[in-house]
Amino acid sequence: MSIRGKAAIVGAFEHPLRDIPHLTLAQVHREVAAGALADAGLSFADVDAYFCAGDAPGFGALSMAEYLGLKPRIMDSTETGGSSYLFHVGHAAALIAAGKCSVALVTLAGKPRSGGAGPGGSGGFGGSPEAGFENSWGITVPNAYALAARRHMYEFGTTSAQLAEIKVAASQHAQHNPAAFLRDVVTVEEVLDSPMVADPLHRLDCCVITDGGGAVVVANAQIARSLGGGRRAGWILGHGETMKSTNNGRIDLTHTGAVWSGAAAFAEAGVTPADIRYASIYDSFTITVLQTIEDLGFCAKGDGGRFVSDGALVAPFGALPFNTDGGGLCNNHPGNRGGMTKIIEAVRQLRGEAHPAVQVPNCSLALAHGTGGNLGTRTGAATLILGQQSS
Amino acid sequence: MSNLPVPAPRVNSETQPFWDGTAEGRLVLPHCDRCAFVIWYPRSFCPECGCTEVTWKAASGFGTIYSFSITRKGQGEYRHATPYVLAYVELDEGPRVLTNVVEDDPDALEVGQRVRVVFHDTGQGTALYRFCRA
Ligand SMILES: [Zn+2]
Repeated sequence: MSIRGKAAIVGAFEHPLRDIPHLTLAQVHREVAAGALADAGLSFADVDAYFCAGDAPGFGALSMAEYLGLKPRIMDSTETGGSSYLFHVGHAAALIAAGKCSVALVTLAGKPRSGGAGPGGSGGFGGSPEAGFENSWGITVPNAYALAARRHMYEFGTTSAQLAEIKVAASQHAQHNPAAFLRDVVTVEEVLDSPMVADPLHRLDCCVITDGGGAVVVANAQIARSLGGGRRAGWILGHGETMKSTNNGRIDLTHTGAVWSGAAAFAEAGVTPADIRYASIYDSFTITVLQTIEDLGFCAKGDGGRFVSDGALVAPFGALPFNTDGGGLCNNHPGNRGGMTKIIEAVRQLRGEAHPAVQVPNCSLALAHGTGGNLGTRTGAATLILGQQSS
Repeated sequence: MSNLPVPAPRVNSETQPFWDGTAEGRLVLPHCDRCAFVIWYPRSFCPECGCTEVTWKAASGFGTIYSFSITRKGQGEYRHATPYVLAYVELDEGPRVLTNVVEDDPDALEVGQRVRVVFHDTGQGTALYRFCRA
């Protein structure tokens, strides 16, 4: 059984704020849920499945489902860091295809900016079996991603200037997004001149730290077609998910789990990388984007640096327009988790609702990819392929 | 010389043999009794073949830098230890371990350089394994 064309994203909402000291975490979840349902033309009473991840306060999905007043038939609190929400959409589509639910709500919210919490996702959570072997040596999020960057540079000759091109492209997109946290266009030189955080990654190689949130609503085909004539539906054509582990001591820092999740998603959708008109690529750091582009097959392994230097990522006319909202690198990385906003911008592109300056003409097929956890240790990976049409 | 903090690792009954070794200045790794895999991170079983019999054997203490980052912005106990070097070192026995390279001139480090283990006492019956250029 395939999920291809069985379900669609019918509602999507990104919280407009990047600093939210006046709301609780639960309130932000509710606001984005209400926003996505309103976008879909549905109500809380229509929801029969609820998905959330580790950012949700309380006891898995139970606390938030109760708080929101839901009566779900299906709940899923799969936690794979920032990629969780792409896992959730894949799971929702499969459960819809199996007839277990009809309208699934997925929410994300986080307040690392106003709430005082530091950047999340670093390796070795307290009680985990690997903790003793990862937590005592000063691992941070940036320095572990830097390990991946250094090794990619060593094996393939990738340069800091090539990584900087990714930030430059994101900034060119973010200038058109009034809600973006960083709206100034930057140059390669400005990225290279920004303070070194963890050699070889500079401050501007890193994503922003923002409060915020987002939500999507996934519905079955019948409901999707009934809402606005189906014109605003982002049909789920393929999904793949996996983890990339440290492989029992043989960690390879030059690739991500996108190697496997991407292949699975393309196979299910029956399309190839050349068919993709727009890609939301997880961008916790510039190196995350570079490796993922290679792993999804948009260029050969090791050629990512050359690929991004040719302006490939710049919308609307680059070979692979990416992250047209400005991405996590410039726009928003709510709760240190960039997966939800990746889905939302892909839906905007499919609908033709991205900013006109970055809207890809006739964006019939889009990809969204999430990378959660830490590229320097273990990551979750999920890929969605979304289309304007159900087949 | 090292000004790095030495935070004690979390030890449990499964990893006690490894940490007991560090207190004696030895890097002791579990080897699978069935498939001979050198297991990392240390576990009481072999994640490759499922065998639950392992033998703890001392490693040579030598390895090669697989990757490293000169960290300019630390957190927690490492906030005031910058710059310091986070690294993966590939042990001669196979595993790539997350660690520090202790080096007065981090700009001189390169991937592929040979390193040897040093131990820094946590004061709690364990020692952190770190590496310096061999
Ligand atoms: Zn074995």
